[in-house]
Amino acid sequence: MTGGPRVVVVGASIGGLTAAETLRQEGFDGDVILIGDERHRPYNRPPLSKQIIVGDWEPEDAGIRSETEIDDLGIELRTSCTAEALDALGRVLHTSQGEIPFDELIIATGTEPRRHPLVPTALTLRTMDDALTIRDGLRSARRVAVIGPGILGSEIASAARKYGADTRLIGRSGTLTFGGVGALLSAQLVELHEANGVELSLDAEIVGASTDAGGTTIEFADGSTERAALVVAMIGGVPRAQWLLSSTLTVDNGVVCDGTGQAAPGISAIGDVAAWRDPYTGRPVRVEHQSNAIEQAIAVALRLVHGETGSRPVPLFWSELHGTRINAFGWFDPELPLVPFVGGAEPHPTVLVSRDAADRVHGAIGWNAPPREFRVARAAVAESSSLAPLP
Amino acid sequence: MGIVVQRDACVGAGQCALVAPDLFDQDDDGIVLLLEPNPEGALVDAATRAARLCPARAIAVSVP
Repeated sequence: MTGGPRVVVVGASIGGLTAAETLRQEGFDGDVILIGDERHRPYNRPPLSKQIIVGDWEPEDAGIRSETEIDDLGIELRTSCTAEALDALGRVLHTSQGEIPFDELIIATGTEPRRHPLVPTALTLRTMDDALTIRDGLRSARRVAVIGPGILGSEIASAARKYGADTRLIGRSGTLTFGGVGALLSAQLVELHEANGVELSLDAEIVGASTDAGGTTIEFADGSTERAALVVAMIGGVPRAQWLLSSTLTVDNGVVCDGTGQAAPGISAIGDVAAWRDPYTGRPVRVEHQSNAIEQAIAVALRLVHGETGSRPVPLFWSELHGTRINAFGWFDPELPLVPFVGGAEPHPTVLVSRDAADRVHGAIGWNAPPREFRVARAAVAESSSLAPLP
Repeated sequence: MGIVVQRDACVGAGQCALVAPDLFDQDDDGIVLLLEPNPEGALVDAATRAARLCPARAIAVSVP
């Protein structure tokens, strides 16, 4: 304790940790307290649905920083500590380990998976412990059902096939989606899953389910059923902001912030839980991608230390499904079909882009693209995004 | 400034090679390749930004 100004960061995942680290690297010399409600030290979440559930990595491989490194930076890490309420005007955080007064608070509590109302026994994935439970289930399940047409559903289905399980991927919108890309890649994803033996039911309406010792039976509106030893549901995330409902902050699908991440004087929010006002549309937008959490964390730390306000982060996300690596960078308008990227005179058949009528590239997707080719398209997105407002 | 990369921690996000292409490249699997372990001048800021953006914290920068 220095007795100087104190920054408290709630949420010890990549966003919270990056904020704490950047404060120190930029010379902030007051207290930095990082609290997390899990028992683990900070770890990366993207590998949970990738390397961890397929068993390529052990939990320690996903760790971001050791206790020693965190200690050396002068960051006080409190694990198994849950934020319970906030006195925003009095600047006091109430936690399961007592009250913590602060000068600046950074909220980085992320999201939690929405549970399926009709299949309450379905597993979900948010934490390392969730991932280990799913990994153990995949090791023995002969048949797996995955509910949810997004990246996480696709990744879990891909992992189940890697274990050799019969696998069914269930959605109800008729399409598969890929984060901020929406359904623009649906046809390619359908082809990829089918080529790798995943059964797809993409317009299936679940009407009920029952679970016994041997597994779960899911009932559909058309009278058919699915019987699986393991069921995982990844049907979207809910901001972990319930603990803020009694505070004076505006919580509306996330903590509503201005364009610099400030929710109220002395209080900022970053990452999946935060809805920053978009500088172009004026609307609060929540982005559930790791790169966004990192960039917002850096932006808030620089603002707190130097008063700087930074530029608009460009979303970056990636996946690996059945051995195919898919990268996405930028923004994707559902009305703009993806077209092959042409950079200079060279065609790049592994790169698809979202290109508008004015020839600006808003987003790029690499489909097993060599990294150098994808970077050419990424640079085009970065150039376009700094020029003019986006839709 | 000195840069050290941990290739076995890299997840291939490619942020480093985008923000500091003079310092970092990627192999065909997307894994980081260090081009210049001792950057100077304007490249120092680029190295710091690359290290911060790395989701795997696979890049360590040190000031001698």
